[in-house]
Amino acid sequence: MRAEFAETMLESADRYPEMIFLTGDLGYMALEKVRERFRDRFINAGVAEQNMVSLAAGLAYGGLKPWVYSIAPFVTLRPYEQIRNDVCLHDLPVKLVGNGGGYGYGIMGCTHHSLEDIGAMRILPNMQVYVPFVGSDVGQVVHQMQSDPHPNYLRLNLGARISQPIPPFAAWRRLTCGKKGVVVGAGPVVENILNLDTSIIEDLDVWIISQFPIHGIPEELLEQISRLRRVITMEEHYGQCGLRETFAASLLEKLSASIRYQSLYAQGYPSGRYGSQRWHQAENNLGGEGLKQTIIEFLQ
Amino acid sequence: MYKTANAGHVGASLSCAEILTFIAFGWMRDEDEVILSKGHAAAALYSTLAERGLITEKDIETFYCDGTYLAAHPPPNRLKGIPFATGSLGHGLSLAAGLVLASRYKKSGKRVFCITSDGELDEGSLWEAASFIVHHSLTNVVWLIDRNNLQGFGRTEEVMKLEPLTKRLELIGFTAVECNGHDFASLEQGKEQLERSSQPGVLVCSTRKGKGWKPYENTVDSHYLPMKNEQYEALCEEIDNQYQLSVSGL
Repeated sequence: MRAEFAETMLESADRYPEMIFLTGDLGYMALEKVRERFRDRFINAGVAEQNMVSLAAGLAYGGLKPWVYSIAPFVTLRPYEQIRNDVCLHDLPVKLVGNGGGYGYGIMGCTHHSLEDIGAMRILPNMQVYVPFVGSDVGQVVHQMQSDPHPNYLRLNLGARISQPIPPFAAWRRLTCGKKGVVVGAGPVVENILNLDTSIIEDLDVWIISQFPIHGIPEELLEQISRLRRVITMEEHYGQCGLRETFAASLLEKLSASIRYQSLYAQGYPSGRYGSQRWHQAENNLGGEGLKQTIIEFLQ
Repeated sequence: MYKTANAGHVGASLSCAEILTFIAFGWMRDEDEVILSKGHAAAALYSTLAERGLITEKDIETFYCDGTYLAAHPPPNRLKGIPFATGSLGHGLSLAAGLVLASRYKKSGKRVFCITSDGELDEGSLWEAASFIVHHSLTNVVWLIDRNNLQGFGRTEEVMKLEPLTKRLELIGFTAVECNGHDFASLEQGKEQLERSSQPGVLVCSTRKGKGWKPYENTVDSHYLPMKNEQYEALCEEIDNQYQLSVSGL
């Protein structure tokens, strides 16, 4: 998605003169053209994320739309208080962009992973979090964020690689219709379900959510959950502050019938070992054989 | 205000009262902004806002009361003259840099005055901001350090050594000028020196925490303790005397 993001930034430079691009000294082999196109509106703020975020708040207060880019944990957790106090409490249009959500930075290790960013960001006042599913979502998300006068966080990752057609970007999208169980997922990791055997997929009603906090659940999805009475959530993020908990809370407000509620989520580093994003997904039953077995059991 | 509220932070406000007054009535223009990064001195800021006509005496009476906008630390989005809520230290200088950068893009020439405490210099984010300001030559950020040598639980030189502070600031690339932060004539001289410089400037204002509050002047206690009746009366007299002296120096 980083390439799509850079491409959209290139188109946006002239279209949005109030857009200012800030990076925390990252973007090698990715943002060079963005730097050229934005000229003096591109600022490498150095390895100083706390200053960068407050600076962005000042720019936004001054009538500009700053986009603040770094690796996901560096742009969310390092300057967390600056985001809360200077950006969110003042409801300023600062656009945070974190590359490598979840285990996206793979073998780079735990300091570069981001397993709590959605939770940390979605609880902040006035903040809207965007989690695109495929690379082609990114352009639309960027334009939506640019026109939103509130704070936003965009979580980038490798886009899902799937064969089926995907509806245009929306907060909720239904990807498949099935008759046995409902899947509610966030982010490209849901591709691992969509790429399971057809015999499994045809039983699943797969939905993805791409915006947090959750503002309502589609009626059709509620009906399906009421009918099938089993739902499993999936995210490359800790469950205790992620989709698992927030969707359960939203569901409780809407649903009277009892259902089976199961979750697939990142548990961190169960073995203490490191590997590629795919390896971490498999270790956490978010991919590979563990995912397949979990889904088979879920459908029984 | 503190006396009525029976509240602490008296020392912090007395430490920077003349600095804020000088900025409000001797330095800033209508289009400029003030960020009190040491937000715990909010009462001093609210007082200057009242004198500037941006809030009313009635507002001032609500200080610390339930339902007030005038909390112990400046609030967001409510009061003209307070662009940013502050209270957590180490934010203000970056915010000032952002505002000045925005005005540079918009070619407006706005100046932003940022008052930090000296204990606040322990915060790493403040030095990130300082480096950024120098690197981008943001000369319209006017940084004033309330150098009272005291912080939350000790003297600055005992907690985390700051000296040689002026030298450190100069080495980064600031024009750093020392002045007496309780003396308008000295502040005026500092201002003139900064305005002659082509580098970003910082005024290191030598002050005394709890200035004029004799029982607790220059003590950590002045940060926390509320005032007793007789202390309040003595302080009012002291402030009046000091004010007359300062004005006569101009």
